[in-house]
Amino acid sequence: MNNTYDVIIIGGGATGAGIARDCSLRGIKALLLERSDISTGATGRNHGLLHSGARYAVTDHESAVECIRENKKKKKIAAHCVEETDGLFISLPEDGLEYQSVFVEACRRAGIRADVIDPKEALRLEPSANPALVGAVRVPDGVVDPFRLTSSNILDARMHGAEIRTYTEVMELLREQDRIIGVRAYDHHKHCDEKFYARVVVNAGGIWGHGIAAKAGITVNMLPAKGALLIFGHRVNNLVLNRCRKPADADILVPGDTISLIGTTSSKVPYDQIDNMIITPDEVDLLLREGQKLAPQLATTRILRAYAGVRPLVASDDDPSGRTVSRGIVLLDHATRDGMEGFITITGGKLMTYRLMAEWATDLICKKIGNNEKCRTAETPLPGSTESREEVDRKMRSKPVVQRRSSISRHGDLAVKIDSRTSIQNSLVCECEEVSIGEVEYALENLEVNNLVDLRRRTRVGMGTCQGELCACRAAGLMGHRNPVCARKAKEDLVSFLNERWKGMAPIAWGDTLRESEYMTWVYESVCGLSDEENRAAK
Amino acid sequence: MNIQQNSVSENNFEQCIKCTICTVYCPVAAVNPDYPGPKQAGPDGERLRLKRPDFFDNALKYCMNCKRCEVACPSNVRIGDIIQSARIKYGPQHNTSLRNFVLANTDLVGSLATPFAPVVNTAVALKPVRFMMDKVMAIDHRRVFPKYAHGTFTSWYRKHAAAAQEAYPKQVAYFHGCYVNYNNPQLGKDLLKIMNALGYGVQLLDKEKCCGVALISNGLYKQARRQAQTNLRSIRTSVKGRDLDVITTSSTCTFTLRDEYPHLLELDNADVRDRIELATRYLYRLIQEGKAQLKFKDTTPLRVAYHTPCHMEKMGWGYYSIELLRMIPGVEVTVLDSQCCGIGGTYGFKKENYEVSQAIGAPLFRQIEASGADIVATDCETCKWQIEMSTSKPCEHPLHILASRLA
Repeated sequence: MNNTYDVIIIGGGATGAGIARDCSLRGIKALLLERSDISTGATGRNHGLLHSGARYAVTDHESAVECIRENKKKKKIAAHCVEETDGLFISLPEDGLEYQSVFVEACRRAGIRADVIDPKEALRLEPSANPALVGAVRVPDGVVDPFRLTSSNILDARMHGAEIRTYTEVMELLREQDRIIGVRAYDHHKHCDEKFYARVVVNAGGIWGHGIAAKAGITVNMLPAKGALLIFGHRVNNLVLNRCRKPADADILVPGDTISLIGTTSSKVPYDQIDNMIITPDEVDLLLREGQKLAPQLATTRILRAYAGVRPLVASDDDPSGRTVSRGIVLLDHATRDGMEGFITITGGKLMTYRLMAEWATDLICKKIGNNEKCRTAETPLPGSTESREEVDRKMRSKPVVQRRSSISRHGDLAVKIDSRTSIQNSLVCECEEVSIGEVEYALENLEVNNLVDLRRRTRVGMGTCQGELCACRAAGLMGHRNPVCARKAKEDLVSFLNERWKGMAPIAWGDTLRESEYMTWVYESVCGLSDEENRAAK
Repeated sequence: MNIQQNSVSENNFEQCIKCTICTVYCPVAAVNPDYPGPKQAGPDGERLRLKRPDFFDNALKYCMNCKRCEVACPSNVRIGDIIQSARIKYGPQHNTSLRNFVLANTDLVGSLATPFAPVVNTAVALKPVRFMMDKVMAIDHRRVFPKYAHGTFTSWYRKHAAAAQEAYPKQVAYFHGCYVNYNNPQLGKDLLKIMNALGYGVQLLDKEKCCGVALISNGLYKQARRQAQTNLRSIRTSVKGRDLDVITTSSTCTFTLRDEYPHLLELDNADVRDRIELATRYLYRLIQEGKAQLKFKDTTPLRVAYHTPCHMEKMGWGYYSIELLRMIPGVEVTVLDSQCCGIGGTYGFKKENYEVSQAIGAPLFRQIEASGADIVATDCETCKWQIEMSTSKPCEHPLHILASRLA
């Protein structure tokens, strides 16, 4: 078995996936190792905001400039992952209007279009905004789907020869004197260790990069700052809503796909707690209290779930809020920094700048291995983004309209590959998000799905208001059909999927969400008899 | 402390917990695979339409607005309203094919047809004419058309009844609807006979337009809203100006005036809504409370099978008509299973819906044939047409049966 590569990338977030793509486009033989599924860390646990950079304009000029540049590029290369909604920075009476002029000036300096608009016009554009607003600035904020973005990068990397291994956890960095020569990794599916060798190992582990570097005895001090968010059941707003004031808690409301989300909080967490994110009642209260100042109807809108991510900030000082730290990209060549050859760390940054981070890291890899190819990721569209939505829509005319448009928004031009020749394939697995059997089959065939939670990240199965109530068992059936596993394992997968859904509902379990989850419990425990399996799985 | 504790969202569809019982009860979804069913067309679809209006699915036109989904829903989601509102908000804005215009404008077409009733009635019964209507207007040739009356109810009322009504000590206002005015003035006369027998005079509204139900289902929302405003003005004059209750003989008109106006046309009728009532319910109450008594002459045995129209089911008022029938000496009432007859107002007249319409009604037709009833009774005129066309039994309004046996 050939286990030698030019480069090994550790971490399957947006950055890791971006590096794998960039490398493979430049003809570098790359292996990506991810301990879990792709986009499970900070990549999949944020606002999904396509920053214009306006939020950072006043406090962090450099980040703002990076954001607006990447914003424009993403709209071109990742059109199917992006929605160009625009955003408003609204000033409430308690904020005053002083900050607005500072803000607009800073945006212009960073090259971000910022139009001051009349409060009445703002309310016409975004009727959900707080009617008490005294000022509004329109900026080119948008929405980006991190799961789709990462998945397309992975897809393109694989198409260009990269090897992607999910559920493969790096246990050890193999060292030969002052050089990292490869890794020893544990395959969670085959339950065995494997060794891989490469000329360069890239640490793209986000917040977990701290621990990865430590395996080489290198200190990269990360500052884990937890950010909690709430997902509302449907779209409340169609423009991104921000508060026009210094960045603070719960001041961004983003319309993401079929939902809206408010966030975030910011609190320092100990490094040993980064895999154990719990949302507290205080955080939920704070998000709601501040959120309804942006859009009053959040006070009554059904909440689907709560979740939290950890910002991969690199500690530069002891700021407990984690907010004055630059969101800037940190690229560490451990050869020059720590005297360790063949090992680099890329961290800091944010989802917005994943491509630029990948470009920087790949440039350094190229330098180390003597590759002269230029980066092409700024111009080359990702798979799914090569044709416009309208063109794809025309090609798929024969499919039912709602299903067609849903699948196009998820897969872009690749939606044409979804088999819809039989009426069975056009039947729905997930009714809330309109995911057909054909689409699930497509994802199982092409998008590296290992379990139901992976399937959710690729297709939105179980992400709607029923949170898996109707679709989980159907999807489990399809997975079992394609890849026959023993019934016990299939049930365990179903239980872990449902428990993962429940984990997000628990912090906000009241009203209709609670009622629905009770119904779901009744369906799965009483009708399907899953409770026994659950107990067994717990043991 | 939780901020959301005592709050209820204005977005009614959020209450849906996806139990899918609405789709189980949907008469259309059961027979038409092109219709996604109320859950998907309603609460599920609304979420997607809020994301992007182009998620509107034209298949929503297959909903016949029977509201049986709402009756079935244990979570109180106004599924039918969500679907109809989506058609208003996101659907094709100029849906005025000649066919839909003719079917929707019951008022206009009625006033044009009644002067020539003998000619019109004969013509629309002729095969070549029906064939032409099928080809040109997509009105199914198998559909039997309701007959127009020779002269309207209102002209009869003015000439022969208006003056006498003043003499009664108590008064009530009557919203007769298009059907009574153009197709079946006899029902209006029956109502007058009954109310007069109880000591009530019957007044017409200042100005009455078609309630608008057919305009709504055919996409003519602006016109529907205008007519609704006229009706509400007239109803207010009667209720508030003259302190008269407004009664009607059509379950669908009643339902439209009371519930569709605020829910679909966004016209607030809260100040008069409780005073708009179905005649059978009004009568039942008068009799139950001992305020009135009816004397019957004809007591020959009559077996009546009662069919509960969809909008009657939605209002929950079928009981009153059934009990009223049971008060008539000699009448033996069987209550048919509550299921849609398939006509859905103008729905079943459309060529593309004919097969679906008849398939929906089939179980009801079978039950009627097997019932051994002499006559079917129902409070909805379109159900009557459908039942008479599709079964061997005559179908009449409960008040017609009642009036014909009065002393």
